[in-house]
Amino acid sequence: MLSNIKANWKRASIENEFLYLFLHNRVAQVAAFVAFVSIVGALFAPLIAPTDPYDLKSFSILDNFLPPAWTEMGEAKFLIGTDDQGRDLLSSILYGTRLSLIVGLSAMIFAAILGTSLGLAAGYFGGKFDAVVMRVADVQLSLPAILTALLVDGIARGILPREQHEDLLIVVLTVAIGLSLWVNFARVARASTFVERNKEYVQADEIMGLHPLRIMLVSILPNIMGPLLVIGTVDLAVAVLLESTLSFLGVGVPPNQPSLGTLIRIGTEYIFSGEWWIVVFPSMTLVIMIVSVNILGDFIRDVLNPRLR
Amino acid sequence: MFTYIARRLVQSVFVMLAVSLIAFALFRYVGDPVAVMVGQETSIEDQERLREQLGLNDAVITQYVRFLGQMVTGDFGFSYRTRAPIAEMILERMPATLELGFVALFISLAVGIPAGIYTALRSDGVLANAILVVTLIGVSVPTFVIGIFLIYFFGVQLGWLPTFGRGDTVDIGWWTTNFLTIDGWRSLILPALTLGIYQLTLTMRLVRSEMQDVMHTDFIKFAIARGINYRSVRYRHALKNSMIPVITIIGLQFGGIIAFSIVTESVFQWPGMGLLFLDSIRYVDIPVMSVYLVIIALVFVVINLIVDILYLLIDPRVRLKAEAA
Repeated sequence: MLSNIKANWKRASIENEFLYLFLHNRVAQVAAFVAFVSIVGALFAPLIAPTDPYDLKSFSILDNFLPPAWTEMGEAKFLIGTDDQGRDLLSSILYGTRLSLIVGLSAMIFAAILGTSLGLAAGYFGGKFDAVVMRVADVQLSLPAILTALLVDGIARGILPREQHEDLLIVVLTVAIGLSLWVNFARVARASTFVERNKEYVQADEIMGLHPLRIMLVSILPNIMGPLLVIGTVDLAVAVLLESTLSFLGVGVPPNQPSLGTLIRIGTEYIFSGEWWIVVFPSMTLVIMIVSVNILGDFIRDVLNPRLR
Repeated sequence: MFTYIARRLVQSVFVMLAVSLIAFALFRYVGDPVAVMVGQETSIEDQERLREQLGLNDAVITQYVRFLGQMVTGDFGFSYRTRAPIAEMILERMPATLELGFVALFISLAVGIPAGIYTALRSDGVLANAILVVTLIGVSVPTFVIGIFLIYFFGVQLGWLPTFGRGDTVDIGWWTTNFLTIDGWRSLILPALTLGIYQLTLTMRLVRSEMQDVMHTDFIKFAIARGINYRSVRYRHALKNSMIPVITIIGLQFGGIIAFSIVTESVFQWPGMGLLFLDSIRYVDIPVMSVYLVIIALVFVVINLIVDILYLLIDPRVRLKAEAA
């Protein structure tokens, strides 16, 4: 009972501290606001966007290459201009952000589940299993994530039959990015589990004869969530970046559902002829989104790491 | 020390064996090699003969051993897409990537190390803070966006520099080089900057934190207490010790540069190995993919090995630990 109250009290004070620090950090507030706007924009894209860029009927080729509305040639209907097909760029960006965030978030969650389970088990059981997992992690860590993602993507393209491939592209992309990001989660989870598993509460669980699975998930996992949360935020930015890079390279999302990377790739074809807005606005959206998530990640890390305060 | 190196060597061989196994599985089991090599009208008997000829009916172990032998002797087989020998394709593309990577690495180190030292020593200066803000952006902006914006400003708006391809090159034997013509150098600037900027920010941040750590150690405090002048403390004692991790940085950056050369080459249509690999993914050209995988793994393993051995030679602390183990 007493420990319960203590735990609650501790948790409440940490939450307050988090809030306190957040309210005194202007940069983090701006970053959180931008991230919030991106997420809302992405979630409600079908409601906010003036047109549906996936619907061929909703746009006309006659409207193509219209510059932003504030320039001489612009039309008020298309706030930041149109692309080569006559699609409203704002709508494309909203839908593209949505796709980028969906893929990035699911890839990050996939990596988190895979990496955390492997890391937990490796840290808890130790021995051979631990050695094998960590060897694999070491080898993969020496390869940059983008290379791993490209390879997994390439292999999947070879294995899957062509007809199915188009439909599965997004799943393939998510798995490819997830597989290239699990290592960080695994290493952090393992290191924290190593520390936790010798503490008294874990020993108590073991003496009570609880199943290892229960000990790991119910007792240890909540205690190692902090550092995992930091990795999660940082890796969300990395996942969005990887998705946009792969789509930019033309091996990411399907061409009929453009993400931000796809839009930028299309835009590069027109920078020489002066249609700068097609590439500039998607790029800016992407950069602002990644910067804000990175700043949030830094903020959370600083809050959770008392050494830095 | 010798046993340590031997153990690292054995480890490297194991990693290469694992990678080659993946490459072999990829080559052998993803798609049917025979079906890709022959046309639709080839009869089943002919296909079967080809299969026998290629040794695809042998035991898997035999095939794997043969695959290893081919990799070691540089007999990489043929591309599904272009039908050309892969060894030639890669040799032809290699100089472009290596020259690009070399210049990018040079930019990263030549600018990154001094900037890192400067920001570590003047942590409150205006210029140091400006540099830090710029690097924060450098870490967050994707490589391809940097490339596109460089193209837009220096290629389209100002019209100063070429924005795609290698420009004029000179052949020296089988090696084609950009270094001997003015046009070649001009073509190299934008791609090398694109590739180098991200690496530069990494170098700078690592050197900075390393230098800051060293400045707080006891031996530096003691050197200052002894009355040695600041200049000597900073540039002799501190700098020397914070340069050790730079070896690791160079090793890591090689990896980063190889990976991101794929992106850079795609932005600038630079005819290097990265573009070749990207094409092989787009067109599901499995043999090229698996050979690229093996070559890249080899490069990574060799660099890691060299870094570890250099550490051993340069840093006595690591040597002691290795001997104890």
